[in-house]
Amino acid sequence: MDVRKVAKLAHLEITDEEVALYTPQMTNIVAYVEQLNELDTENIEPMLGGLTAEGAATDTRRADVPHESLGQKNALKEAPSGVGGHFQVPKVL
Amino acid sequence: MSIRENIEKTINNAEKLNGELNSFLSIEREYALNRASEVENLSDDASLKGFAIAIKDNICTKDMQTTCGSHILHNYKAHYDATAVRRLKDAGAIIVGKANMDEFAMGSSNESSAFGNVKNPWDLERVPGGSSGGSAVAVASGVVRASLGSETGGSVRQPASLCGITGLKPTYGRISRFGLVAFASSLDNIGIFGQTSEDVAKVLGVIAGRDRNDSTSADVAVPDYLATISDDIKGKRIGVPRALFGEGLETDVREAVENSIENYRKLGAEIVDVELPHAKYGIAVYYIIATAEASSNLARFDGVRYGFRAEGSHELREMYRKTREEGFGAEVKRRIMLGTYVLSSGYYDAYYSKAQKVRALVKRDYQTAFEQCDAILTPTSPSVAFKIGEKSDDPLAMYLSDIYTVSANLVGVPGISVPCGLSGEGLPIGLQLVGNFWSEATLLNLGNVYEKEFPLGAKPKVFAD
Repeated sequence: MDVRKVAKLAHLEITDEEVALYTPQMTNIVAYVEQLNELDTENIEPMLGGLTAEGAATDTRRADVPHESLGQKNALKEAPSGVGGHFQVPKVL
Repeated sequence: MSIRENIEKTINNAEKLNGELNSFLSIEREYALNRASEVENLSDDASLKGFAIAIKDNICTKDMQTTCGSHILHNYKAHYDATAVRRLKDAGAIIVGKANMDEFAMGSSNESSAFGNVKNPWDLERVPGGSSGGSAVAVASGVVRASLGSETGGSVRQPASLCGITGLKPTYGRISRFGLVAFASSLDNIGIFGQTSEDVAKVLGVIAGRDRNDSTSADVAVPDYLATISDDIKGKRIGVPRALFGEGLETDVREAVENSIENYRKLGAEIVDVELPHAKYGIAVYYIIATAEASSNLARFDGVRYGFRAEGSHELREMYRKTREEGFGAEVKRRIMLGTYVLSSGYYDAYYSKAQKVRALVKRDYQTAFEQCDAILTPTSPSVAFKIGEKSDDPLAMYLSDIYTVSANLVGVPGISVPCGLSGEGLPIGLQLVGNFWSEATLLNLGNVYEKEFPLGAKPKVFAD
């Protein structure tokens, strides 16, 4: 497994030591989960989630009534860098 | 004793024991004492008036820290209460602190917390289980009667078992998850620890039920769990999947659980054989689905809107990468990468889609079994509490700690762990009962009757005054 490539896809900047640590561990775990290939699942419908029939039946639509929201001040309160009503980040391009 | 005196005693105990146990990440002395004075004025009808409770640190509590046991949220304070927390407060319960946990609830030993191990009060050299280890120890050490934890694959039942207390994972959709920081959304639940099934029932009755802020919470009536908790269990059918009592199960655990089956028979339950042929694939299914969902859910931690941001980046994506590299611990990175791998181009069908199909087979097994029984009895954990460090270099060995618990999360049915004996070394052992959808009342009834008739009869070495 190319752990460095996977890390890049996951936006993780891993070190050489981590590559050495994770490669055998993740290879081992992937080999373990491949035991599922023993099973013939050709005619099985995938189970998409954990929702019960009752949960799925819940009508999740609600009336479109305005209600209090988090607000700009609160939304920025926990930001590492909130400047002038915005989230500030390093340059994008 | 007044509510205030009682809360003061609870806080004193929490502070005194925390040096040894590390079960709390924060103890809210000032808040709790102020609340105690306010709660005195509540009507006596408030069902949890003055009831001290600990909350796992991945459940949002307004103006209190909610770190998820992670460096990436080490300075984060929630803006709002989780629905479960709000309902507890409305019923008069008092939050005394936030409980330590495996980072982002990923672990079975509490060793992945960014803020240090939690110690098992029965033996300080051993793990309390995980991921809700702090919540379990807060109860097991006698500081509080109940606490909230969370479950994705066994994170309430397994530590309950290793700490000698009761732990419930409810039906998927029973308790609102609004304000529970997401790990794997198709598996996550809020769960409850109690010194007894009665404590769990009391809390469940308050926090269960539909919430418009969580579209997966179901509109199913909440029964009075306390009303049926002492019912005679004569004629209840308990299914035993003997084929699962094999490889990897410690002898002491097997004997205690076999003994509990006999005890249930003595109490009038009917014991029936059931088969769950696909349960052995549960861990494999779980580590595909849970990591896939985690890789997506944890994408939000990027150093922009909240939490930690790494310094010294000149460009946005570099900032994301450094923040996540420095902010997350090893187990979280491993799972994010596994999830990214199984979802990556060309692998989706081989892993994720395959796992969803086997998940359907596991569900079918349980549906068939519940035609023959009211609850399925197994060990909760294949072992008693293991030594700190014993499994920390071998993630796969750690994952197998959840072999008996993951299936309930995959299927969405409720499960409870109840203490059922002690090992030769004096460490607690738990039995697990898994019931059909919405059968929490049955599980609490079976648990309560067992606890009353066959109490553990021992206390941990470290226990509150």
